[in-house]
Amino acid sequence: MINLELPKKIEDTRALLRQFSEGGLRPISRKYDLLEQKEMPQELYELAKLLGGGGNRRAAASDAGSDGGNRNANNMSMVVSSAEICWGDVGLFLALPNVGLGNAAVSAVASEEQKQEWGELFASMAITEPGAGSDSAAIKTTAVLDGDEWVINGEKIFVTDGYRSKQVVVWASLDLKLGKAAIKSFLVPKGTPGMTVTRVEHKLGIRSSDTAQIVFENCRVPKANLLGNPEIAKTAEARKKAFGGVMQTFDNTRPMVAAQALGVARAALDLTYELLGEKGVELDFDKNYHQMSAVENDLYDLEADYETARLLVLKAAWMADNKQPNSKNASMSKAKAGRMGNQVALKCVEICGQLGYSKAHLLEKFARDSKIIDIYEGTQQIQQLIVARQVLGKSSSELK
Amino acid sequence: MSETELLFDLTPTEEQQMTREVVQRFAREEMASAARPADEAGALPDGFLLKTVDLGLNFMPIPEALGGVGAGRSPVSNVLNIEDLACGDMSMAIAALAPLSVINCVMDYGSDLQKETVSQTLASADFTPAAMALMEPVIGFDARQLKTKAVLLDDGSYVIEGAKSMVAFGPDAKLLLVFADTGEDGTQGFLISGDTAGISFAREDYMGLRPLPLYAMALENVAVPATARLGPDFDIKRVLSLGRIATAALAVGTCQAVLDYVIPYVNERIAFGEPISNRQAVAFMVADMATEIEGLRLMVYRAAAQAEQGLDCTRMAFLAHRNAVKYGMKIGTDGVQLLGGHGFTREHPVEMWYRNLRALATLDGMLLA
Repeated sequence: MINLELPKKIEDTRALLRQFSEGGLRPISRKYDLLEQKEMPQELYELAKLLGGGGNRRAAASDAGSDGGNRNANNMSMVVSSAEICWGDVGLFLALPNVGLGNAAVSAVASEEQKQEWGELFASMAITEPGAGSDSAAIKTTAVLDGDEWVINGEKIFVTDGYRSKQVVVWASLDLKLGKAAIKSFLVPKGTPGMTVTRVEHKLGIRSSDTAQIVFENCRVPKANLLGNPEIAKTAEARKKAFGGVMQTFDNTRPMVAAQALGVARAALDLTYELLGEKGVELDFDKNYHQMSAVENDLYDLEADYETARLLVLKAAWMADNKQPNSKNASMSKAKAGRMGNQVALKCVEICGQLGYSKAHLLEKFARDSKIIDIYEGTQQIQQLIVARQVLGKSSSELK
Repeated sequence: MSETELLFDLTPTEEQQMTREVVQRFAREEMASAARPADEAGALPDGFLLKTVDLGLNFMPIPEALGGVGAGRSPVSNVLNIEDLACGDMSMAIAALAPLSVINCVMDYGSDLQKETVSQTLASADFTPAAMALMEPVIGFDARQLKTKAVLLDDGSYVIEGAKSMVAFGPDAKLLLVFADTGEDGTQGFLISGDTAGISFAREDYMGLRPLPLYAMALENVAVPATARLGPDFDIKRVLSLGRIATAALAVGTCQAVLDYVIPYVNERIAFGEPISNRQAVAFMVADMATEIEGLRLMVYRAAAQAEQGLDCTRMAFLAHRNAVKYGMKIGTDGVQLLGGHGFTREHPVEMWYRNLRALATLDGMLLA
C-alpha cells in the first residue's frame, strides 16, 4: 500500500538524533569550524559513545519492520539518521568515528581475529588520487605480493578522516595492465611503516572534518589484509562484472551521502524561518500565488525542492532495503539532493541578507558546508551521466 | 496482538496494479494515437467518452447499496488513474475524469440524497457528462473569495449570480457542482442539474487542452433549493488540496509522455555521425527530466497517501502543485528543445504537450484526487 510517511520506529530514532544534534553538535559547531584543527574535537569522543557503535545502531534499525514483502530496514534508517545528524553539523558528522567511510567495507569481510587485531574500528577510505577522482578505475596505486605481504606504493588525496582514523582502506591495483578488475582494497592500520599522512587540506567548508593526503612508500601489510576476493577475474566479461560489484556498493552509499544534503538544507531553512519569524514572515502552504511576496515565493520553491530531494533519497534507500536494483534512483537522489542542498543554503544566505552572510549566524557556514555534498561520492555531473546512461540505455563507451 | 504500523511503501495494492495495467493499455491504444487529430479538430474523438465507461472508474467510490463497487474513496487510486490517463492525453484524461471528480466531492461532503443523485446519474452504462465549476475569469483567482455569490433567502433556498470559466462539457453537463461565495459561510458547493434555469454557456478557446469542451458559464438569478448545498462539513481548504494533487498528477502523466517520446528520438537522431544522445548536453537534459518526473511523482503519491489516511495534506499538496507547475513547464519546453526545429512543428506531439502543460498553473479544482 502506497505510504510515504516514516514508520514510527524510524521516526522515534530521528527525534532522538535531533536532540543529539541540537544539544551535542550545534553548541560546538562554530568552534571547530573556526579552529579547523587536525586533532579530533575532544567533545566528539563522548558524543560518539552516546551515539553507540555504528554496528549497534544498524542492528537496532534493521528491524524497523517488514510487512508482507515490504521492508524498512538499514538503508532507510541510515539515510534518516544521517540527515538528522547533518542537521546538527556535517563536518562533525564526518568526524564521528562511528561513520568512518571504510567501516562498512571492513566489517563486511574481516574475520574475528582481524577485528581483534585491528582494534577500535574507525576506518577511512582512500580512493581518489591526484590523477583520478570520479574515474576511480584509473587509479595508479599498486599492490605487489612479496612473500606473505602486500607492498603498496602510491599517493592518495582527499581522504576524509585520513588523519584521525585508526585504519585506512586503500584502493590499489594488483596489475595496472588489467584495468578495473585488478583493483582491490587493503586495510592498513595507522602506524604501519611506509604509510605517511603528508598533508591536511584547508577547505571551503566541513572544516571540522579532516581531509588528508596519504603517501604509500613500500608500505607492507599482511596478505590477509586484502579485503574480499584476491583473485583477478580471467575473462574480460568477468573482469567487467567484478568491478561492477565494487561500484554497486556505491548504489547504497550515494543515497546516504545525498541524505547529508537533506540535513544541511533543512537546517538552513529552519534557521531562515527563525530569523524571518521575527519579521512576521510565516509560510502557511495554502497561499494564493498572487498574494505572495517575492521572499515567500522563493521559500516555497526551496521547500518544494527540499521535499522532492527527500523523497528521492527515501525511495532509493527503500529500494535498497527491498533488494531492488537502484543504481538509477541512487544517482537521481544524489544529483537532486546535492544540487538542492547547495542552492537552498545559498538562497537562505541571500534571503537573510546581512544576517545570512555574517558569522554571527550559521547560515554562511551551511552554505560553505553544502558545496562538498554536490561533489564527493560522485559529482552532480557524474550522477547525471549515470542517470542518463540508464534512461537512454547507453553504455559508458557510447555516452562518455 | 501488536498494533500494526504503516511502513514506507511504494507498492500499489493488487487492485491498483490491475487497474493500472488496464488504464495504461487504454491510454496507449485509445488516447495517445488519437491525441493529435483531436487537438487539430478541437474536439474529443468520436465515441471516446463512451469507451472510458468500460474502465469502470466512476463505480469505484460509490457504495454497493447505491449500485457502485464500494471500494471507498481512494485519493491514491485517483492519482494513479490521472497519471496513467494523462500519459495518453491530458485533455482526454480531464474529460474522462471530470464526472468522477463530482462523484468524489459528493461522496466526501454531499447529503444522502445528493449521493443517490450522483450515483443514479453518473454510474451508468452511458457516459454522462458532469463537471465542477469553480474557476472564474479573473487574474489572481482565489477560491476563497469568489466573485460568484450565493444569496440565502428566508425560505432557506439560494439565488446564485456570477460567472464561471473552464467548465467542462458546458451545456451537455447533466450535473454541475457550482462553487459560490455565501458570505457568512464562505465558499460552498451547490449540486445543480444541467438544465437549471438561468445558466448559459459560451464555448471557450485556449492555447492548449483544445479537444476538451470548455465553457464560460453565466449564472443569472439562478434559484437553487437548500438541498442543493453540500453538507455542513464541506471543507474548501481540503477540496483545494485534492485539486492541487490532481493537477500535479496530470503533470506527472503528461511529462512522462514527453520523456517517453524524446528518448527514442534523441537515440535515433543522428548528427555529426552519431546519435545526439551520445552528447552530454542532450543526455543531461534527459537525465534531469527523468529525475524531476520521478521526484514529482513521489510528491504526488505522498500528498495523496496523506489525504487517504486522513492526515493534513495541505503542505504536500501545495508543494507538489508548485513543482508540477514549475517542472511541468520546464519539461514541456525541454521536450520541444530536444527535437529542435522538428519539435516546433505539428508533426510531433511535443509542441502540443508544451501547450497543454501551460494549463497546469490555471487548473483549479477541475479534477479531485
